[in-house]
Amino acid sequence: MSAAAGTPRETYLNAGFTLWSWLSSVDHKRIAILYAISITGFFFIGGAAATLIRLELLTPAGDLVSADTYNKLFTMHGVIMVWFFLIPSIPSTLGNFLVPLMIGARDLAFPRLNLASWYLYVLGGLFTVAALVAGGVDTGWTFYTPFSTMFSNTHVIAAAAGVFVVGFSSILTGLNFIVTIHKMRAPGLTWFRLPLFVWTMYATSIIFVLATPVLAMTLFLISIERFFGVGIFDPALGGDPLLFQHLFWFYSHPAVYVMILPAMGVASEIITCFARNRVFAYRSMAYAVLAIAIIGFLVWGHHMFVSGQSIYAGTVFSILSFLVAVPSAIKVFNWTATLYKGSISFDAPMLYALGFVGLFTIGGMTGLFLASLALDVHMHDTYFVIAHFHYIMVGGAVMAFLGGIHFWWPKITGRLYSDGWARFAAILIFFGFNLTFFPQFILGYLGMPRRYHEYPPEFQVLNVLSSAGASILAVGYLLPLCYLFWSLRRGAPAGPNPWHAKGLEWRTPSPPPTHNFASIPVVTEGPYAYATPEAAGD
Amino acid sequence: MLNFPLFPERASALAARVDSVFFVWLALAGAVALSVAVLIVVFAIRFRRGSPADRNRESGPARRQKDRRMEIAWTLTPLAIFFTMFAWAASLYYDHAAPPGDAMEIYVVGKQWMWTLQHASGRREINELHVPLGRPVKLVMTSQDVIHDFSLPVFRIKQDVLPGRYTTLWFTADRQGDYHLFCSQYCGTDHSRMVGRVVVMAPAAFAEWLAGGSGSPTMAAQGAALFRQYGCSGCHGANASVRAPKLEGLFGRPVQLADGSSVIADERYIHDSVMLPAKEIVAGYAPIMPSFQGQIGEDELQDIIEYVKSLRAAAPGATR
Repeated sequence: MSAAAGTPRETYLNAGFTLWSWLSSVDHKRIAILYAISITGFFFIGGAAATLIRLELLTPAGDLVSADTYNKLFTMHGVIMVWFFLIPSIPSTLGNFLVPLMIGARDLAFPRLNLASWYLYVLGGLFTVAALVAGGVDTGWTFYTPFSTMFSNTHVIAAAAGVFVVGFSSILTGLNFIVTIHKMRAPGLTWFRLPLFVWTMYATSIIFVLATPVLAMTLFLISIERFFGVGIFDPALGGDPLLFQHLFWFYSHPAVYVMILPAMGVASEIITCFARNRVFAYRSMAYAVLAIAIIGFLVWGHHMFVSGQSIYAGTVFSILSFLVAVPSAIKVFNWTATLYKGSISFDAPMLYALGFVGLFTIGGMTGLFLASLALDVHMHDTYFVIAHFHYIMVGGAVMAFLGGIHFWWPKITGRLYSDGWARFAAILIFFGFNLTFFPQFILGYLGMPRRYHEYPPEFQVLNVLSSAGASILAVGYLLPLCYLFWSLRRGAPAGPNPWHAKGLEWRTPSPPPTHNFASIPVVTEGPYAYATPEAAGD
Repeated sequence: MLNFPLFPERASALAARVDSVFFVWLALAGAVALSVAVLIVVFAIRFRRGSPADRNRESGPARRQKDRRMEIAWTLTPLAIFFTMFAWAASLYYDHAAPPGDAMEIYVVGKQWMWTLQHASGRREINELHVPLGRPVKLVMTSQDVIHDFSLPVFRIKQDVLPGRYTTLWFTADRQGDYHLFCSQYCGTDHSRMVGRVVVMAPAAFAEWLAGGSGSPTMAAQGAALFRQYGCSGCHGANASVRAPKLEGLFGRPVQLADGSSVIADERYIHDSVMLPAKEIVAGYAPIMPSFQGQIGEDELQDIIEYVKSLRAAAPGATR
């Protein structure tokens, strides 16, 4: 649009071309790109582990890899996907890029701390890769004691150290976001004028700051017991293995909300833009985000209904788990209502966002099955659980992450990608995903336990279906890598606002200049002020 | 090949009750997911960009009130459904929490990577559980090493099996047959081979099976032998010179502890008194008992517990 004549406009991308100019940048947008590259690398390592798992499960016998290798594969898949992809995915990439732009700031509150977070992430990643190269870990991503402390003969401490270090990256990012959102909003940008994406980043940051230290302590205690033989979790040393589970899930359940809340934020931005409508019940949406973050801290015991935990504790955790589902349900209904009387177009980001709503709904509803005490006893630790959380984390979080990448790609890179290929990939991923994980619900109710290298032959057909779906899903995930790379070189210039979206990030050129805004914008209206007839009413 | 199951068999009344919770959830979840999907599709078509659909809406307080009502409806309706389902599933869980008093007890030890089981008669089995039809069976379970999980999908039950502690699981089988037994808690290399079967037999066939085998003495008799072999009788026996708590009539009764609290003398209490004797000191006794951790295996300890249980009949005034 504008970059026609004379010297090219200065952007954050052409502010420096050396590797060092990237590795030493304190620009939130460049750090977001650093994160995007690193998490994509880890996504494909974790995905390779998943591919081998699905190949092994094509036959009931354990014939492709040994039992020990299989156990290491699902452990690495879990550790990498949870801590090195899902948790940092949306907050560290899109959040890093967008929070300052969305609130009209020139950077995060602590730019150097932001860069330090990325280096901590890389350091944690190196520990984990070292553990992988040295021979792997076989404890499962959950590190259950006393197996992880006194029985496993693998590199538990190295892997725990990796997760420990990457946790500090989360804590610092959370701290940075909280301060930024509190102190650096543009004039006129009140709390209830914030885009919902910013609300979800805020809630996620609170979880980062409050929950992650507990994980750090827990991993530290594991290392102490394992290295020095101090009895903390192993009953043979006078410890209590359930104590570990309480500490671990006190972090790891809220961590699920770290994955899904940002996805909800992304979906809210995309759906309003492509429906050309205000989000239905904005305030309820914001309160629901906070409610999920807060109640999410009080439901960890639902991972322990068959652990030997008291049945009264189980009862309390069950009812709280139902409660946390209410705000999630409200969000689904509100997204649906946002479509009503909109003017809907089906560009690629919208397909991802609608796919997110559908898959998240199934993931959420099956979570209610698992919150039901007597029913969970049967389904606990079966493939039903695997299917449920993949619907949330892959169907939900990854779908939304991809939607967000497609939505803000023109802003980030200044280029457009092929909409046809992007829509095709979205549809392929949707179908591949369902074929992979729906059969696992059936397998789970049949009783097939998770983490099984071998399984009874009557489960084979459903496993083959699941593996077939996984191969489609793999193609679906490789496609965006291709056409997005293509767009970097050949894509048409996007212009500042190709989707005609509202939001401050669209009011600056694409890609944005290093300091985001020529002059700090002044906000005079609420978010999502799309020009539909009733816009004046609310 | 295409003859594969989509739904698990069931062999207990509980399984049918659990399945009904499942089916009701399936109907509810299906209805909600379907209506959300239908609404999205209908809106997507009707309000696609460029369609002539009417997009005028009332505005101001009237609309706000309408929206609010809708929101309250779709907040309270799920809440009501959730509480109902919670109560139903929780009551089923409570109903099944405590085994009936007349249940037949079978001891289970999990170890990497096998299950060893022993009936009160002394008959042992590995990775198999033979039970009679129609009689409540209570499993008293512990682990020798890491956490395992005894999972019986055909009865819709499972329970983690922990080291250093006893957990129980019970069921009444109502259909004969061979069914899966899985370890459901990841426990290391051969986790997926820590599997076996539960065999539900007609009572007469079961009695015959139980009488078969190597003709080993009962668990209590084996426990009595171990009680002497490990020197327990030197202090706790009838003619002991050392002053130690008497064990006759102990099982199932409250015990006063030195710290002022009291505990019921159940399997866990006896287990811990042998393995971690300093943990709960009986009031009025010196903490002089040595720990037998690392010397007595979990299987042997179960024999000893069974022996201590058998001592209750000997005590005057002992009650259940």
